Amino acid sequence: MVVFEKPKALADVPLHYCPGCTHGIIHRLVAEVIDELGIEGKTIGVAPVGCSVMAYDYFNCDMVEAAHGRAPAVATGLKRSDPENHIVFTYQGDGDLASLGMAETVHSAARNENITVIFVNNAIYGMTGGQMAPTSLPGQVTQTSPYGRDTNACGFPIKVCEMLSQLDGPEYLERVSVNNVKNIKAAKKAIKKAFENQINGKGFSLVEVVSTCPTNWGLTPVKALEWLEENMLPYYPLGVYKDRSAQKEGE
Amino acid sequence: MADKVLMKGNEAIAEAAIMAGCRHYFGYPITPQTEIAAYMAKRMPKIGGVFLQAESEVAAINMVYGVSSTGKRVMTSSSSPGISLKSEGISYMAGADLPALIVNVQRGGPGLGGIQPSQSDYFQATRGSGHGDYHLIVLAPSSVQEMADLTIKGFDLGDKYRMPVMLLADGTMGQMMEPVSFDNVETKEYDKSWAVTGTKCERKHNIINSLYLKPEELEKENFARFERYKEIEANEAMYQEYKMDDAEICVVAFGIAARVAQNAIDAAREEGIKVGMIRPITLWPFPKAPMLAATDKVHTFISVEMSMGQMIEDIKLATECRRPVELCNRVGGMIPTPDEVLDSIRAAAQKGGNK
Repeated sequence: MVVFEKPKALADVPLHYCPGCTHGIIHRLVAEVIDELGIEGKTIGVAPVGCSVMAYDYFNCDMVEAAHGRAPAVATGLKRSDPENHIVFTYQGDGDLASLGMAETVHSAARNENITVIFVNNAIYGMTGGQMAPTSLPGQVTQTSPYGRDTNACGFPIKVCEMLSQLDGPEYLERVSVNNVKNIKAAKKAIKKAFENQINGKGFSLVEVVSTCPTNWGLTPVKALEWLEENMLPYYPLGVYKDRSAQKEGE
Repeated sequence: MADKVLMKGNEAIAEAAIMAGCRHYFGYPITPQTEIAAYMAKRMPKIGGVFLQAESEVAAINMVYGVSSTGKRVMTSSSSPGISLKSEGISYMAGADLPALIVNVQRGGPGLGGIQPSQSDYFQATRGSGHGDYHLIVLAPSSVQEMADLTIKGFDLGDKYRMPVMLLADGTMGQMMEPVSFDNVETKEYDKSWAVTGTKCERKHNIINSLYLKPEELEKENFARFERYKEIEANEAMYQEYKMDDAEICVVAFGIAARVAQNAIDAAREEGIKVGMIRPITLWPFPKAPMLAATDKVHTFISVEMSMGQMIEDIKLATECRRPVELCNRVGGMIPTPDEVLDSIRAAAQKGGNK
């Protein structure tokens, strides 16, 4: 009996991610959900610019590589090209989604664009070697905040789910993490819901995944998970920030 | 006799795009081309198409990138400052070999510039506009009919060569009303097996991408793209000659400047000056061959353009600097008058090609 296998939607190639990086888990969860929903043949994924830039090689569905931050706009085009037959997701990091592409993020949410957004928040720029991100924590040491993020000089981190929850547009916003088995299970449930919402025509669904970057945080994978629990989770509380359909049912 | 309707240039572009099978339009308001968006906003919902006002030109061009990735005809339109914003996306489209029609109804610059007509985005259009080695096919209409015809042709050329195409007009052309006919609209079907439409689990996944981390691969991509460009240069250059048979002076002008120049040429002819015009219809590829050929009989070329002298460089390259090329220009939203062009022609006639 097979108890564990590679999801079909995940390509049979080695991933380039660093040891201990949580991208691999999140890729797997997305692929498992695509398998379970039986949508690989109609899914189009959008890869960002950042560590997951080569996600287009890792998923077996059709893929598009977008310019930095522009994934939600590209996804808007992909979805509106054939709304009945295209399932479209973006996979974006914090620099991509919350800095360069903030306008695209906010407006696709405001339009309730019927797409699924997987937002990986690890509070740092990984691909370029560890610079301050829009989600880097106050005091966090990075290559471009070597004395710690000074909020007087460079402002405060952006809490994406909280911010987007103020809009009337989006259907579903949830923040999850993949730091332990329990949270990985919850993350998968959220990702699945974000795809199901699209299938059911409900609209913009974003899952923020609080993640680690052991390499650029300068920590071992285990220490990185501890740092996430001690520093990231208090600043970025997990939970559902918006679920319009559930809210309506509850009324 | 074909049925003709009176239309603004901007509206003619929009209607022609629909006739060419374009069902997706994305744009952001900017003067002087908003009629295109307004027309699309009215028409698209009635024919099952998509009109979407994007949050920015940047978003609009990336929505275009998305639809084009799925193999469908798609367009955006803007004016000069907006084209600068779109240029990031245009570069990505060129790098991913994606077709689309991009309309630039030019206004004066640089910066916010003005809202009056200009041709000062010539370099931007013919040199690719964004970063990296690439070209756009650049079409320059000089009548409302041509705005319609070149819009349709633009979609075909984009699909044929898998590249973005720019329709380069100006504020006057966009606002000008002329009779236009949409008879005999024919468009072709092109192979789009590269498109992302969902694998249906029946084929290997398609990837739309412009990233090549291995320099050998990126070089190969660039070489291959420029092989295609060579083919375009050989086959697709378009121009119109006016009274060139016995011309000793050749005016080169496109768009609205060519309309003005034509009046000036007629007036000069009445004075007995042998002057004609080569009007480039494609600015890239630039119609080099007729210009080089004209150097046999022509002693002076005059570039009439609404910029500080951008096309003049292409004329010098095309004619291999065998003859002097004079500049007759107005900028900042000013259009040269026929008298100003006539003065340049007279001056050239007097000098007779002597420097």
